[in-house]
Amino acid sequence: MWKRDEIERPPAGGRETPGVPVAPGPAPAPAAHSVHAPEREAKRPMERDVVNIGKSVVIKGELNGSEDLTVEGHVEGKIELKEHVLTIGPHGRIKAEVCAKAVVVCGEVIGNIMATERVDIRDNGSVDGDIVAPRVAIAEGAHFRGSVDMQRKSAPAAAAKPEAKPAAPASPAGPAAPGGPPRVGA
Amino acid sequence: MSGGDKVRSFGGFLSRLGGGPRPADSDSPGTSPPRRHAHDGSVVPTKALRKFLSYLGSHDAPVLLDCGPVVGSNVTFFGEQLNCKVYIEDLFADLDRHLRAGTVDAFPAFLAKRLRLGERSVDGVLLWDLFDYLDRASAQALATALVRLIRVDGALLGFFSTTASPESGFTKFVVVNEAQVRHRPYPSVATRQRSLQSRDIIKMFTGLSVSDSFLLHNTQREILFRKPRAGAGGRPTI
Repeated sequence: MWKRDEIERPPAGGRETPGVPVAPGPAPAPAAHSVHAPEREAKRPMERDVVNIGKSVVIKGELNGSEDLTVEGHVEGKIELKEHVLTIGPHGRIKAEVCAKAVVVCGEVIGNIMATERVDIRDNGSVDGDIVAPRVAIAEGAHFRGSVDMQRKSAPAAAAKPEAKPAAPASPAGPAAPGGPPRVGA
Repeated sequence: MSGGDKVRSFGGFLSRLGGGPRPADSDSPGTSPPRRHAHDGSVVPTKALRKFLSYLGSHDAPVLLDCGPVVGSNVTFFGEQLNCKVYIEDLFADLDRHLRAGTVDAFPAFLAKRLRLGERSVDGVLLWDLFDYLDRASAQALATALVRLIRVDGALLGFFSTTASPESGFTKFVVVNEAQVRHRPYPSVATRQRSLQSRDIIKMFTGLSVSDSFLLHNTQREILFRKPRAGAGGRPTI
């Protein structure tokens, strides 16, 4: 707002003579351009900060992006937002596999959620599915059914560490469990 | 970090969260038992939980089955402090749904197929007080299913009331520390059924042996079961 006022002031700066038209010289143009540009640039990141999918929107398929996303509509399929935050709004209904940096659930999710930072289920949120994330917060009143795996032992994700980790699953050479190796259901 | 260290660190963890009062002197003879109907957010002692946590803590990445409703702080504790993979299977909600729909006769068959985990895939089971609300057929179906899921040396913790009550409603058990849980009642149409004798409970869990059994001042019995190694006969011990 203050930048707009600056444009309207006479470019010679301060000589306000009522009634005397001020001839627009070349000076204002670059000033106007330079004033608008930063304002436009300042707007751009804000406009691109969060993308909203409205209540009436229905998406079936894969949804990928490289910015934060808020979903208030219906999404069926897969949502992938690496390095960004996915927010399921109170009206959001997701039936999808979700993968993001962080996931905040205020609506409904049916499907598995994988987050590299955290998953936050708010008090009106509902999740039916498995969660894999280093931090999981479930508010009182939230609905959740599924599994929570915080994988505290080994850092999951991107860079595969060179050190060999003796894998968890079946114990091959150890004392054989009667009935075969244990199987953890999906 | 050993199992005991993990359990001891739990107290510090909870105090950082601002949870729970210091353990009350529940063994003092002059203390009258809290009323059984005081499932009102009150903190009550537990004796078996510590042992259960110790068993879990002795595993690297234990798999825990929680038969109750989700409690955020419990998930955080078991997941962060004990490195558990936690399966939340709210069987209380299933029971409530069947009661409301009038299909409770089908509940035993439902329970037999309900749990999606594989045989011998679970290191610990939190049964809470679910058994109190089940008829015999449902209780047996659930017990059979749980015994199948538990790995050798795995543990199951259950709370069993010794008195009947006509009041309806469930209780969430919020772990305060290894010696206390907070009771947080919430509504349901379910009522506690008859109270089972210990021997009846033990018989239902054929395949498990009783590791510890405590009768608390609040008339609740805590039983900690373990799955013995093959060849141990699975004979219950008290």
